[in-house]
Amino acid sequence: MAELLQHLLNGLVLGGTYALLGIGLTLIFGLMNVVNFAHGEFYTLGAYVSFAALALAGVGFFGALVVAIVVGAALGWLCEVALLRPLRNESIDTTMLVMIGVWIAMQNAELLGWGGVAKSIPHPFPTAPLVLGPVAIAPLRLFVLVLAAGLIAASWLLIQKTKLGRAMRATFQDRDTAALMGVGIGRIHAATFAFGSGLAAAAGALLGPIFLVYPSMGDLASLKAFSVVILGGLGNVPGATLGGLLLGVAEELGAGYISSGYRDAVGFVIIILVLLFRPSGLFARQERIA
Amino acid sequence: MTRAGGWLLAVGALTVPLWLQSTYHLHVAIMAGIFGVLAMSLNLLLGYTGQLSLGHAAFFGIGAYTSALLTLKLDWSFWPALAVAVGLSGAAGLLIGRLALKLRGAYFVLVTISFAGVISLVSVNWIELTNGPLGLPGVPAPDLGPWSLRTKTAYYYLVLAAVALSFAVCRRLVRSRIGRALVALRENEALAESIGVDVTHYLVLAAVVSAAMAGLGGSLYAHYTRFVSPEVFLFTYTVTMVIMVVAGGKGTLAGPLVGAVLFTVLPEALRAAASWQWQMLAYGVLLVALVFFLPRGIVPRLGAAIAGRR
Repeated sequence: MAELLQHLLNGLVLGGTYALLGIGLTLIFGLMNVVNFAHGEFYTLGAYVSFAALALAGVGFFGALVVAIVVGAALGWLCEVALLRPLRNESIDTTMLVMIGVWIAMQNAELLGWGGVAKSIPHPFPTAPLVLGPVAIAPLRLFVLVLAAGLIAASWLLIQKTKLGRAMRATFQDRDTAALMGVGIGRIHAATFAFGSGLAAAAGALLGPIFLVYPSMGDLASLKAFSVVILGGLGNVPGATLGGLLLGVAEELGAGYISSGYRDAVGFVIIILVLLFRPSGLFARQERIA
Repeated sequence: MTRAGGWLLAVGALTVPLWLQSTYHLHVAIMAGIFGVLAMSLNLLLGYTGQLSLGHAAFFGIGAYTSALLTLKLDWSFWPALAVAVGLSGAAGLLIGRLALKLRGAYFVLVTISFAGVISLVSVNWIELTNGPLGLPGVPAPDLGPWSLRTKTAYYYLVLAAVALSFAVCRRLVRSRIGRALVALRENEALAESIGVDVTHYLVLAAVVSAAMAGLGGSLYAHYTRFVSPEVFLFTYTVTMVIMVVAGGKGTLAGPLVGAVLFTVLPEALRAAASWQWQMLAYGVLLVALVFFLPRGIVPRLGAAIAGRR
């Protein structure tokens, strides 16, 4: 029982960051109709920027996190304006090819810039785990869980309560009508892409100190983000949140009780099974909010 | 292409070992041929049905592993192993096609990526069968009757025969009723369906042929490099195939071959000047640039230019 609880807790920590990745991707996918294969690269970028800000600029652990989010969002904005905006009326396959190109280019630029050797991000938390009854959690992991939850709540507030969020929801429902009502579609798309990329960078900066930072870390992150999006349904933010937590727990249980070698297969199998049996996502009956 | 041009090209391809004396150049020609088969295979799906498979390395890898395992563990000779490798890859294509082609576009891409991911993890973790990350060395060179195809020249002709066969299959398929149905699907699925084209049936058929062809490429690769490891599932291979097809011209017969030759020779020529990472970086930028500036690819662009001059 204690072991199961421990796995569940570890799964939630992992799942919180998967949810961050998934929320960004599901917004971009649902709102812009862009299959963003470069999403994982913004995750990698977040981890490297956080590492660089710590090592070179000495801004401290929390400052580095903020820098990572800002840089991720800025690059996402640039990417939308320079590459996706001119192709807005092209088919989904065209923009997908472009994003695959961006993915390959960014990953290899990181490989050239940082080398293939994995880096570890230092953090200020004590390493001794906090024991909470039957389970134990490292303070860093607890911090990651809390911060991920905070960012998810902030995203939800942004979408539900702000004017920008209302414009995003309107664009998701019907782009042309939204445009007629005076919503600047270009601005909304740029904001969505920047927002999603910023969340992905946050996830990278958060998981960076737990795992190692290396150039190809984004590949798996992309695929996990896609599993989360598929689990939750396109453009469904609560679905992506639940989907992220579910994937994190499923992976942790799979690694704990089946085989750790197949941990990453859990996401692939989820993609295949959900697409086969519930292509609109597990939570399709809920209202999609963005 | 005119008939005379075709003959000229055939004679040129057949005499390559005569004017390319260095074994290194022949090696490049062999790799171009293997990638030609792979690019034609991807083009059947991407070019003619509009469905992008980003798991094509899986079919390539299944072909490579099947052929290597049958010859190494069961002492089969090359030809039956090749046949089983092609068959098994085709069967994997059938499975994926049946499962995934009800959903198209981005969903198909994701299913194919996931499939490749699972297969790749199996190749790493099923150590008793695949020897894990260490791979399988010593895959035997093929024989043809009493002759060994160990030399580069002989292997070149083997690969050339595979390229010719694949080209013939593609041409036959594309120019038949099936090919017209596929193009109709790509252009307007609802319309095609309304006049009685069985969408899923044709898409699955294309997936099976495409996967089998990728398996052929995999088997040829395994017996050429004489070594198979989980690296055959690397995403790089899929990316290379996509670049070749998009650059050469998707939905054309000659496009993938032009792309394959170009993107095998070019990286080799640039090898001294730029490292592998620089090349991959350039691939990424190039893919973006192609979409913006040459969306239909080299072959249709050249065709248009020649037609314009007449």
